[in-house]
Amino acid sequence: MSLFATFNSIAFVVIMMIGLYTLIARQNLVKKTLGLGLFQTGIFLMYITLGVRDGGSAPILQEGADLAYSNPLPHVLILTAIVVSLSTMAVALALIIGVREEYGTIEADEIATIDRAEAEEGHEA
Amino acid sequence: MSDPVLLINVILLVIAVVTAIAAMWTRDLLGAVMLMGIYSLLLAIEWANLFAMDVSYTEAAVGAGAATILLLTALTRTGIREKAGPNFHPTALLTVLVTGGLLIYGTADMPRFGDPQAPATVNVAPEYIAQNVGKVDAGDDGPENDFGDHVPNTVTAVLASYRGYDTMFETAVIFTAGVCVILILRPLSPSARRETAQNQEDA
Repeated sequence: MSLFATFNSIAFVVIMMIGLYTLIARQNLVKKTLGLGLFQTGIFLMYITLGVRDGGSAPILQEGADLAYSNPLPHVLILTAIVVSLSTMAVALALIIGVREEYGTIEADEIATIDRAEAEEGHEA
Repeated sequence: MSDPVLLINVILLVIAVVTAIAAMWTRDLLGAVMLMGIYSLLLAIEWANLFAMDVSYTEAAVGAGAATILLLTALTRTGIREKAGPNFHPTALLTVLVTGGLLIYGTADMPRFGDPQAPATVNVAPEYIAQNVGKVDAGDDGPENDFGDHVPNTVTAVLASYRGYDTMFETAVIFTAGVCVILILRPLSPSARRETAQNQEDA
């Protein structure tokens, strides 16, 4: 029972760490963006879990009903965060398309190689 | 395990974690985007299970819908194959293990799932649910000054009233992101292109 009661605080760390691992280990820029999105959803899970209350229902008030409502504040914060995460993802993807047009690749290590080669050419010229 | 909310929560999160690992593991970017769409949908069900209804339908619309469409549109311009390479990355593994260990250590004293005595539940939440925040007590003979008839959905009340500025500037964030995308992706004007070519000739 105690494992299940603390399951979410382990699960959100696991989800965040899968995203962080992808961010570091993978070179593909689109994959890195997906990893970043995963990292954000881990944080969403932590906040929503904080708002849960035993026997609580959705925080929509009902006339004459004596209900325990779950905490609406984490929900509001995460609504904002979801929209902001979409905005950052849109800008990141636009930048990746720009990188692809400029370098012909979206692998971070290949881009670094091209940059280094160009810098050396600049020194020789 | 009598609480169905907790049971469904654990089942959904296990499926979601497996989906997330699969999405990150595959080298096929199209497959990864599809798996992330499934993951978002699972999260939407999970939010509904945890009684976060507004978050649930936002996640379904934004996470599983809009984000997937954005990613697919970007994939048409970037290609759908990821370069093959080693899956094992010692530095990444070490970083993840240390960070994850510290985070789990930090969550050790967090309240248990659904604790009615949790600080988040007993502190300010009752005020917001009663929609008392912002009410001005004008004394016994003054008129009661509040927001008038409140909407029954407390999430909407907090979002549009108590955090109104925040929500207003959230639209500014979206507008800025849209302007950025247009500026990055628009083709160069003919005069700017001539200038760039001129610069390259000079260099």
